[in-house]
Order: sequence, then structure tokens, then C-alpha cells
Amino acid sequence: MKKLINSVEAVEEQMIQGLVKSAPNKLRKLECGNVVVRANKKVGKVALVSGGGSGHEPSHGGFVGKGMLDCAVAGAVFTSPTPDKIFEGIKAVATDAGVLCIVKNYTGDVLNFEMAIDMASDEDIKVDHVVVNDDVAVQDSLYTTGRRGVAGTVLVHKIAGAKAEEGASLEEVKAVAEKVIANVRTMGMAISPCTVPAAGKPGFELSEDEMEIGIGIHGEPGTHRDKIASADEIAKTLLDKILADIDYKGREVVVLVNGMGATPLMELYIINNFVQDYLAAAGVKVYDTMVGNYMTSIEMAGFSLTLLRLDDEIKKLYDAPANTPALVR
Amino acid sequence: MDNKKILEIIAAIAKKIESEKDFLTELDNEIGDGDHGINLARGFKSVEEKLPTFADKDIGAILKGVGTQLVSTVGGASGPLYGTAFMKAGNVCKGKTELTDAEFVAALDAAIGGIKMRGKAVEGEKTMLDALCPAYKALKAGIDGGKNLVAALADGVEAASAGVEYTKTIIATKGRASYLKERSLGHQDPGATSSTFMLQVALEILQEK
Repeated sequence: MKKLINSVEAVEEQMIQGLVKSAPNKLRKLECGNVVVRANKKVGKVALVSGGGSGHEPSHGGFVGKGMLDCAVAGAVFTSPTPDKIFEGIKAVATDAGVLCIVKNYTGDVLNFEMAIDMASDEDIKVDHVVVNDDVAVQDSLYTTGRRGVAGTVLVHKIAGAKAEEGASLEEVKAVAEKVIANVRTMGMAISPCTVPAAGKPGFELSEDEMEIGIGIHGEPGTHRDKIASADEIAKTLLDKILADIDYKGREVVVLVNGMGATPLMELYIINNFVQDYLAAAGVKVYDTMVGNYMTSIEMAGFSLTLLRLDDEIKKLYDAPANTPALVR
Repeated sequence: MDNKKILEIIAAIAKKIESEKDFLTELDNEIGDGDHGINLARGFKSVEEKLPTFADKDIGAILKGVGTQLVSTVGGASGPLYGTAFMKAGNVCKGKTELTDAEFVAALDAAIGGIKMRGKAVEGEKTMLDALCPAYKALKAGIDGGKNLVAALADGVEAASAGVEYTKTIIATKGRASYLKERSLGHQDPGATSSTFMLQVALEILQEK
């Protein structure tokens, strides 16, 4: 394992410290653990709390700030944070307006957030949650716990965050978050694996000419393996699956071309070049595009495509100001 | 079984998890996200460090303490699941410094109930329940049929091991492995494996005179 770290044990904490020191006017770390909150607590609005395992940087700590999250709780790499830490985060940012937790649909995240929410409710904190499940690679069926929550989560942060910043009620913020979840779809792939520092070796192996389609954001296997294809062909595979899932025709969308960590922008732009033309030909109107590393899997090489279907409300909230380390608008 | 025995079992579980850390992680790499061993080992290491403070506590308090410690240190799905299991077992042992065989059976039943409640899972979904539920049934049948605890628990461990084998033949429907569907076939479930280790260790400690 070759990584720019000091010790395996210190990875998460030093990463969070470094993030906070990069934006000392915006962020503060709680003493109790790897919990990032806004430097200045905003009262009189619904507080948004998210989090999950580390290794997805800039998610989620990089999205704490005006117009997005109030708190992000980081667990060990690829491991959900524990309920006590999430609870500390909820307590630190809770306001009379309430708290909304944004949880990615992974069993560990859901269980730990649910326990934390039980703890907060016991202390009379008004708290609710939404579960993001945007990954079309794994279908919802009797046999799964539902789709995974992946890069679309960043758009939920953005839009629900803008709604909360407007002073909307907890019910209203939750409703708009649910609306984004209903309209956002993602699919990803990888061409090389990632190594969890504590594990010391890659979580899976791909030979020179192989790729994994439908991969999750923890390097967990996707739907199938295939021979590697051209960027355009791969992007088409992912887009076709997304476009078949909900009807985008004639609709305006936000496109997120997300890097998994080790994919150069050069390649992401090559993919975006195809995506824009393909969507235009499919009758889908692109309102705005984000290209970059938003929801990563440490140093995995690969990307995901996310399409968010817009309406007037979501569009307005998407355009609303945000000032966070990883997203400024 | 008294509180000293319980402490011995917990300490031995911590050692076992530490020594099987890589194996459990390897199993999880195949069908999950490769952190089961790492997470459990981290949790049980902190439990081990905490054990001296449990020395004079009753069994309920010990199990609850173990559960709380696991919840706050393991993370992932196994933290809340094992944590809840120990806490629920602790609830039914509240104030007791000694357990009858029937009470030990009841504690395991409560632990399993906690896992089902927190994980919203049942048997047959390729989870730790596929080891624990058969183990409970065999243990209970043994005790009800007049066997002593060691003999009945030996039946339980055997049933748990068979349960682990069974997980190789079924498709995961809960947890991160569920995203693999058919590809989870042929792989044994890491959670079923770690819970079988815990029962094995309990048996080994009880077999020691």
C-alpha cells in the first residue's frame, strides 16, 4: 500500500483537521470526534446533518456551510459513524426549527442514524430523516434493501440546504429533499480498485482489460464485469440505464459527472463531451453541469453519472447561494 | 454461570475476533465492503480495555456495558446490531450475578430479538441470524431435553456452523451483500461467521473446568 498518510489510525482525524484548517472561518470540528459543523451556528432554521464513512471526500464535510449542511459526521473509512457521534452532531446544531438527517441508503448508515435519531428524540430534539437511494445499478426488489445512496446525495445536500436556508419548516425541507430523491438517478463504474488504509490492500481486483459496471462507492462489486470499452461506450451504458429508469424526455436536468477519486478531469471532460451530445439527441435539456470529484471512493479510478430532473422549485434552490469548501455558488 | 465467567467469555471473544480479523475482513471483501473484521476488532479491543471497570458489576450491567461500547466504537451495520444484541441480553439479566441455564437461553433469545428488531431482518437473508437462530433452537432443545449447558451449547455451535455453511447457498437480501444478488452465492456470510465464533468461544470457556 502506497499512500500519503502518517499512520493508518490517524487517517480520519487528520483528514478532518486538515479540512477544517482549510476553511477556519467556515468550519469547526467538535471535540468529541470527527464531527464538522459550521463555525457559526445558524439559528432559526432547520439544521441539516449528514455523514457516513470517510473516503468519499469532499463528501460530506466539504459541503458544510451556508446553503448546504450544518453538520457532517465522518466515520472510519467506508464505515458509518457511530450513533453517539451522530447524536453529538445533531445536538450541536439542533435548533427549535428541528433537524433533518440526510442518510445514504447503506445498511450501516441507516442503522446508526436511526439509533442516533432515537437518542435525539429521547431528549426532545425535533428530528427527522430522509434516505437517499439514487443508484440505478441495483434494482429495488423483494431481494434487496433497496438501491444504494451515492453521488445524488450531493444534490440533496444542495437543494434541501437552500430550502432550509430560506427558513422553511422541517416538513417543507423534508418534502423538497424527498422530491429530489424521487427525481435523481445515478450509475457508476470503475476501472481500478481502492485500498482502505486499515485493510492495506485493494478491496477487489480488476485485470488490465476489465471494468466493473454498477460499482458502489465503497468498491463493493457492481452488477457485472466486462471488457473495458471506450469512454463513449461506457458513458452510453450508464446513461441508457438511467434514462430507462425514469422519463427524462423533454425535461430539464442537472448533470453531475462525478470522479471516483483517481480519474483525471481530462477523462471526466471526455465523458461529459459525449454525455451532453447524447442527452441532446435523446431530447433531454441540460440546465447545468457539474464535473469533478464530489462523491469519491478513495483512489478508485472510475466515474458516476447523475441526472436530476428539475421543476421550478428545485431549479430555484439549485441556483441559490452556497458557500462551502467544496461547492460555492 | 456467574459474572466472572461472563467476563472471561467476553475477554476470550475479544481475543478471538482480533485473531480472526483478517479472515472476517477477507470474507467481507468478497461480498460486502471489506470492513467487518477491522470494525469488530476495533470494537472488541475497546471492550477489552473497558473490562476491568466491569469487574464487580452484575451480568446485566456487564452485557449492557459491552453493548454500549460496541455501538460507540464499531460503526458499520455490525455495531448497532451486535451492540443492540448485547444490550437486549443485558436487559433480561438485570441485577443477576448468576444465570441458570434457562436464563442463559433467554438472554440469547433477547439478543436475537434485538438483532431482528434493529436490522428488520429474519432468517434466510444471509445474515448473522442464519447462524444465531439455529444455534438458539438447538441450545433450547438441548436444555429443554435435559442436557447440561455445555452439551446443549455444543449442539448450538454445531447448528451455527451449519448455518454458516447454509449462508453459502443463499442469496443475500439484507446488508451490503444484497446488492450482489446471485453473485453472493457460494460465499459465507461474515456476520454469521463472527457470531459463530462468539458462540464457539463461549463453549470453549464453559468447557474449561
